[in-house]
Amino acid sequence: VAGTAVLGRLTWQIADVVDTIDETPRVRTIVVDAPAWPGHRAGQHLDVRLTAEDGYRAERSYSIASPPGEPVAITVEVLEDGEVSPYLGQELREGDQLELRGPIGGYFVWDPPQGGPLLLVGGGSGIVPLMAMLRLRAREAEGIDARLLYSSRSLEDVIYRDELDRLAAMGVDVVHTLTRAQPPGWNGYARRVDQQLLEEVAFPAEQSALAFVCGPTSFVETVADGLVALGYPPERVKTERFGPTGGR
Amino acid sequence: MEYVDGNALGGTFLELFGIELTVATVICGGCGNTGEVATMRVYLGGPGAVARCPKCDNVLMKIVRSETRTWLDLSGLRTLEIRH
Repeated sequence: VAGTAVLGRLTWQIADVVDTIDETPRVRTIVVDAPAWPGHRAGQHLDVRLTAEDGYRAERSYSIASPPGEPVAITVEVLEDGEVSPYLGQELREGDQLELRGPIGGYFVWDPPQGGPLLLVGGGSGIVPLMAMLRLRAREAEGIDARLLYSSRSLEDVIYRDELDRLAAMGVDVVHTLTRAQPPGWNGYARRVDQQLLEEVAFPAEQSALAFVCGPTSFVETVADGLVALGYPPERVKTERFGPTGGR
Repeated sequence: MEYVDGNALGGTFLELFGIELTVATVICGGCGNTGEVATMRVYLGGPGAVARCPKCDNVLMKIVRSETRTWLDLSGLRTLEIRH
């Protein structure tokens, strides 16, 4: 890595908010222009720092939603008792500035040369880094089989719903499970991900799929253990836990 | 108590050491388990961060930060292998 790129990642930098997109009633995407951004890989995250007038600072990590080469976007779920997310999700406007650092992480990342088939399993806002991977695949590696298992509370809580429908029409297997409420006539899964559901949806172990699992800690635990029980080698199951409620 | 992955400490490591430490290989001083720093179990609830071995729960790292200092205890890990 070139010295300047390292410095760019080390330092907190100011980015301009260029767009905000309401994804669901509680989730918003924030697109920024970060002039010193050194580029990122699909699956990486960044840190956001907010400083109050009295100097109090709070830092949080957010997964990057955009694929490499496109403007940096994060997707933030507003947590009711959150310190940072209510500001990002409700107050921040186009033209505001944001202090950030990154990209960060080299473990939960996918580049097309790693191949597939790709099994992506997300719970709630755990979809965000998986979306960066799906967007990259759609742009550069459509030949790689991809399957997404996505657990949401209800249809209204499905983040990137329209785009996921389009990806499904373009060949990605998109399997939803709605754990709390289902619309009339719903014939998809309607429960939390369990072993049987995983067995029905996951690529068979013989296909040597590469799995990425992101979501609340308990969700990731269930899925990762379940995939290993189905015969996936632990090193082919990459995980990213974000705590009890998605505290990022 | 709920934990997150070692990945969550990536920004802190980047700032302290200037490298992407989450892909370094850590060997646990307790059980000898070998894995990437990203696979450690990290507890962020207290005054600092505590990273534990995913296999035996041994404390691998403790990190406490203030405005002026960072205190790092690595006594629970045997080695850290960093690829260039």
